[in-house]
Amino acid sequence: MLSIQELEKIASQVRRDIIRMVHGASSGHPGGPLGSTDFLVALYFKIMKPDHEHFTLDGRGEDLFFLSNGHLSAGWYSVLARYGYFAISELGTFRKLGSRLQGHPATAEGLPGIRMSSGSLGQGLSVSIGAALAKKLNQDEHLVYCLMGDGELQEGQNWEALMYAAGKSVDNLIAVVDYNGVQIDGPNDKVLPLGNLHAKFEAFGWNVLTVYGNDMTEVVATLKKAQWYTGQGKPVMILMTTHMGFGVDFMTDNHEWHGTFPNDEQTKNALGQLHETLGDY
Amino acid sequence: MKEFINQGSKDTRSGFGEALHELGSKNHEVVALCADLIGSLKMDAFARDFPDRFFQVGIAEANMIGIAAGLTIGGKIPFTGTFANFSTGRVYDQIRQSIAYSNKNVKICASHAGITLGEDGATHQNLEDIGMMKMLPNMTVINPCDFNQTKAATLAIADHSGPVYLRFGRPKWPNFMPAGQPFVIGKALLLNEGSDVSIFATGHMVWNALQACKILEDQGIRAEVINIHTIKPLDEEAILTSVIKTGCVVSAEEHMRNGGLGDSIAQLLALKHPAPLEMVAVNDVFGESGKPEELLKKFGLDVPDIVAAALKAIARK
Repeated sequence: MLSIQELEKIASQVRRDIIRMVHGASSGHPGGPLGSTDFLVALYFKIMKPDHEHFTLDGRGEDLFFLSNGHLSAGWYSVLARYGYFAISELGTFRKLGSRLQGHPATAEGLPGIRMSSGSLGQGLSVSIGAALAKKLNQDEHLVYCLMGDGELQEGQNWEALMYAAGKSVDNLIAVVDYNGVQIDGPNDKVLPLGNLHAKFEAFGWNVLTVYGNDMTEVVATLKKAQWYTGQGKPVMILMTTHMGFGVDFMTDNHEWHGTFPNDEQTKNALGQLHETLGDY
Repeated sequence: MKEFINQGSKDTRSGFGEALHELGSKNHEVVALCADLIGSLKMDAFARDFPDRFFQVGIAEANMIGIAAGLTIGGKIPFTGTFANFSTGRVYDQIRQSIAYSNKNVKICASHAGITLGEDGATHQNLEDIGMMKMLPNMTVINPCDFNQTKAATLAIADHSGPVYLRFGRPKWPNFMPAGQPFVIGKALLLNEGSDVSIFATGHMVWNALQACKILEDQGIRAEVINIHTIKPLDEEAILTSVIKTGCVVSAEEHMRNGGLGDSIAQLLALKHPAPLEMVAVNDVFGESGKPEELLKKFGLDVPDIVAAALKAIARK
């Protein structure tokens, strides 16, 4: 069992990977994945612990994760590689011609760990519901996790899915909103206010938990609590407050780092703030 | 010409419903989803007898497509059911990303396609669906001609691995294909041999093409009629073999000219074997309310329209 400290070490390395991947590709989205790194590390290394050696698209007999906000790909790829799904050296191919690490997650290139393409927003929760229903039909007791962005909640399909999951008691599903309060064009409140998300999810019939998503201890504890809430007739929502760009001071809470790559000097600065704990790829 | 007898008109959507029910017992991985149109899609029997494998999603088609894609992860074979309009244009990006690009084994089953939807009018008469679906890589596009063939096609797509768009209609329509004839995806069916003109028809228009063939025969013209039930992959060999023999072509479909069967055939001919082509299709206009037969006449999809197109194609040889 990995300790919180060990998980934090992995998270630091994942954040370094994100900066180096986006810099290496001269494109990509650093802000979002830096904010949700702690969650992804906790989920894979502590909570789901999937079988990376026998990856199947079907995913029978194991927990499943779907990334709805596909632009967090750099962080997800790093976690998958660091977990053992594929060689960490492949992270250097991110967004380059012929790579399995497409700009947004895709299944076409057969990258282990990915079961659904995402990037066009608002679709992941519906997909996760489908996978959760298949688990019920297969009498598979494992859970389905889905990460969504907050800005993404402006897509109407999410609210169709939220209504369905509660209305039809899809209670083997844990959805997580990366609530960093910013999106490409600026703060959510300026672009289109999301209102009281906690009250909205509860009104839709979900069990709602909140967590500060940049504290590993809290994240692990909340995910365990969320597991406990499953199987009780309601889907579970975690409203996870994070800082976009967490770990790099000049990127933190700055929407301009949603989809901008750092130049050489900025990269050096950023890497100076993140410890190399497991060895760079 | 070979005689095709109407065994009693039935709606093609009922062929879908009967086959889906049959699949419920035959294949336990088959599941079905519907967006508040169980009766219209004839999914009642499946919903009644296999309630655990039936998902009523409400009027939320985008969510339905996403759930269907997710159900394939776990080995299910989902059949979604709603009108053609809500099965395609309304959910195009959901199909594009979660089904086609992700290459998921979802069967998108679309009823009330085409102008013969009738009185509901243009809001519901989707005439662009074949075009939208055939443009998507990985997607198979099927448009059977009658009750029997829709039933056979529904059974066949359950055994095909990959995304499928299955299109059928609302009205009662002549049922003339042999019952129980196995459906082979991508294999065009030669219904009548001829030497003067090739008529390639799909969906409801296959029956009209056969009627046109009779009229042409009375005028001493031997038309070859081929049922193109699979628009994609297109049976290029069957089409080219016929055109090399007859030298001219008519396409007939209940769809917009842009993006339809005729458009696929035009591409094939231009690339491989140029020949005069006349297209019987709706030409860049929306439909309107009316009875199916009135609409077919008004929008140029009636039997005399096919006869006229054949004569015109022959004259251009």
